Amino acid sequence: MTGIQLTPQDTIERGLALAAAEGADGCVVLVAETSSTNLRWANNTLTTNGAMRGSSVTVIATVGAGEGTAAGVIGRSSVTEDSLREIVSAAIATARAAGPAEDARPLVDGTTGADWDLEPEETTVGVFEKFAPSLGESLKRASAEARHLYGFANHEVVTLYVGSSTGLRLRQALPRGYVSSTGKNTDLSHSAWVGTATRDFTDVDPLALDAELTRRLGWANRTVSVDAGRHPTILPPAAVADLMTYLYWQLDGRDALEGRTVFSKAGGGTRLGEPLSSQPVNLHSDPALPGLEAFGFAVARSSGGSSSVFDNGLTLAATDWIRGGKLEHLMTSRYTAGLIDAPTATPDIENYVVSVDGATGSTDDLVAGLGNGLLLTCLWYIRMVDPQTLLLTGLTRDGVYLVENGEVTGAVNNFRFNESPVDLLSRFTTAGATVPSYSREWGDYFSRTATPPLLVPDFNMSSVSQAN
Amino acid sequence: MYRVGVVPDIDASFLALPRQELAAAALQRARDLGATFAEFRLERIRSESISLRDSVLESAKDDEDLGLAVRVIHDGTWGFAAGVALTTDEAVILAEQAVNMAQVSRPINAETIELADEPTYDDVTWISSYEIDPFSVPRAEKVALLTDYSDRLLKAEGVAHMSVHVATIHECKYYANTAGTSYTQQRVRIGPDITAHAVAEDRFDSMSSTAPPAGRGWEYMTGTGWNWDEELAQIPAWLAEKMAAPTVEAGTYDVVIDPSNLWLTIHESIGHATELDRALGYEANYAGTSFATLDQLGTLKYGSPAMHVTGDRTAEHGLSTVGYDDEGVAGQQWDLVKDGILVGYQVDRRMAKKNEDVLGTPRSNGCAYADSSGHIPIQRMANVSLQPAPDGPSTEELISRVRNGIYIVGDKSWSIDMQRYNFQFTGQRFYKITDGKLEGQLRDVAYQATTTDFWGSMEAVGGPQTYVLGGALNCGKAEPGQSGAVSHGCPSALFRGVRILNTTQEAGR
Repeated sequence: MTGIQLTPQDTIERGLALAAAEGADGCVVLVAETSSTNLRWANNTLTTNGAMRGSSVTVIATVGAGEGTAAGVIGRSSVTEDSLREIVSAAIATARAAGPAEDARPLVDGTTGADWDLEPEETTVGVFEKFAPSLGESLKRASAEARHLYGFANHEVVTLYVGSSTGLRLRQALPRGYVSSTGKNTDLSHSAWVGTATRDFTDVDPLALDAELTRRLGWANRTVSVDAGRHPTILPPAAVADLMTYLYWQLDGRDALEGRTVFSKAGGGTRLGEPLSSQPVNLHSDPALPGLEAFGFAVARSSGGSSSVFDNGLTLAATDWIRGGKLEHLMTSRYTAGLIDAPTATPDIENYVVSVDGATGSTDDLVAGLGNGLLLTCLWYIRMVDPQTLLLTGLTRDGVYLVENGEVTGAVNNFRFNESPVDLLSRFTTAGATVPSYSREWGDYFSRTATPPLLVPDFNMSSVSQAN
Repeated sequence: MYRVGVVPDIDASFLALPRQELAAAALQRARDLGATFAEFRLERIRSESISLRDSVLESAKDDEDLGLAVRVIHDGTWGFAAGVALTTDEAVILAEQAVNMAQVSRPINAETIELADEPTYDDVTWISSYEIDPFSVPRAEKVALLTDYSDRLLKAEGVAHMSVHVATIHECKYYANTAGTSYTQQRVRIGPDITAHAVAEDRFDSMSSTAPPAGRGWEYMTGTGWNWDEELAQIPAWLAEKMAAPTVEAGTYDVVIDPSNLWLTIHESIGHATELDRALGYEANYAGTSFATLDQLGTLKYGSPAMHVTGDRTAEHGLSTVGYDDEGVAGQQWDLVKDGILVGYQVDRRMAKKNEDVLGTPRSNGCAYADSSGHIPIQRMANVSLQPAPDGPSTEELISRVRNGIYIVGDKSWSIDMQRYNFQFTGQRFYKITDGKLEGQLRDVAYQATTTDFWGSMEAVGGPQTYVLGGALNCGKAEPGQSGAVSHGCPSALFRGVRILNTTQEAGR
């Protein structure tokens, strides 16, 4: 275990060679090198920090099993030259002990990518070189002005290497960062939040974030109690991302086919081709989207409704999930694409864009056009209540504001909501332009999103929450 | 102690790792660089996930996460670094990185970090209570058992599809700090999820096993600690009844809640609300704070006098049960709510020291935990449990006290606000109670309440014969996000006047 550490490329080449020597019919080796650094603060002071490195190797061995093919999957971190042999042997033994896999397909063919020989990319605490002093200044300013700041800044780089016995040699490095900051007023009776995704922290200014928090906390100088009920409500892009990310994760093709999701057709089959909305709404993914770049090939360490270990390395193409309000694609592996009669596999992609044809303007523009209603900041603790309608419950958080005659005139209490994002796609009356967004609920896992603000005339606030 | 029968050994392959050498190198380097305190962890977490769909193996994966971490206090500031190479050179580098992290962070740290005292434990060993290491059982044997379970349900009338998933975890940890504590600890846990699905022309639904995850080994799947034969035989009928059940009429009802549902309400509305880091605002940007603020310790009326809630890291088969926490503090048990009044919190060494005057004790109750070597120890949840009444009633006796109500079994959907006031839960099965008797299932049910109102409405708790240890493998908290496993024991309990929603109406249908 304390033996020689290999480079990712050597790990893959040796792993594939060992698998061939031990009689595997096929093999895929995935290597993920990760590095991350973070700062966390609360009550205007640092609470935790860290610099972490990780390295994991996943070996997927395939062998003949009767008339089919079986797979064995073993994942390990801290892999050395000595332990790699054990991992490959274990993967082959696991495959030999298994029956034929229903999702078995020929491994993906490929060639060597142009950047294959490059080393893993890394991040260090240096990424915060300008951010940290500015953050310190904002914390001091908040203390001096009797406000309280709480937040987290994270930066990570994941470098993926995929090699297969069918010639695939792929490498891609992706940075990802985000900052999320909450402000509270002196007596902690009101809070506000801002969050943003970033690739390198050069475009994030803690003082500007604090200024926006201060502006929002100022809105709470007037407070108004609002009862539960259905209210005209503006969801800013972050709140739309909070809901649409959940919808995105429900696009599993096999689950829909088997009558488990809102995308199941009554009586059997899927709702592919059906209109979900009468409005020109689009939900689109593309690994090459500028600013939202995602991995451009499938990476599956286990098989499921929309993924297959046999599909590793499959090129991910731009995909319209919903176009013009109509359900166009569901997430599938090559195997499950066949189950739902889809012409090609459409695995999930780690980004999405929601847009409404012809929509323009910002959240502020929607506020200016609203006579009386609510402006949300973000949503939180979102969970499924009923998969048949994709009814979700959750809470408003860190700032719900009263809009009167086109202006924010005060802060109101928080609410519990019960709503379906699929229904909202039909019920919104005004949409703004799509902009990069950061989901409060899911952004730490899924931050590559772009969404518009939406005005929903009858958003269901089920009850009042005392939280502030 | 609860240990009976054959006690497993610490895994020999973990003991073969150079844990003391790595720790010595890291701690010495931290001392040389001026750290006033340093701690080292070497962790290996093996995990296996097996999934079947309609009795066909869909996925099986065997993972291992192995790495080391160093945390220091340098110039009164935390610094943390983690890596994966098991060499003394790497251990030294991590100590240097941790100190560097503390130095970079010093300008934004306004609090000098001090830790509560704890006795030292020199080279001690602790192993959780289980019989069969899941990783010693051949994969084929496990798949065969799960296929049998799935087949039993899939062959039943009305079951259209089946999902079976079992997660097993084997965690080995070596900890050492500059105060002189060092321990080696091994824990095993298991989490099954078996769900039958039904599809009709106009609707679909599901019914899941209520078997909780547990700090047990593979013996759990073969009948030790859970009666699989009995439950699997009933699931198809429960599902069929649910598919044919009438929709609930929204309103206010008295409810009897089974432990299979109540554990999750305890988790969200008591477990998290009595975490002192939340009460102090450390989680304000992420998991949220707590209405149960420190100034209310000893006075906050949390619930009815029938409410006695304990925190512990000692319960046999508890998912949060340890010998020692990730700051070298020994496992303990203490009161959180007594006679309905808030009397305690879950804390780590930093919070214990800073708040010792208010807490009334200078010692941490051992709630520091990191979910892997790659993450920072934070305050995580102990096993938080509602105690039964010593001579309390049975579940049937509680139901007999209800004229118009609902009996709630099994967990499903859950959500609570950022200060742990407003919650909403659904469940697996909801039975109409009329004049003290069950009248069959209802559907489309959710219950919604405010924490102190809800616990204040608790009229009675069941006796020890109704007590079940529930729990979860995947409680999320902290930034970067960490996953924690925790158990919650509770009896059945009777609540008066709870708001019941009709979820179909909530959807505007």
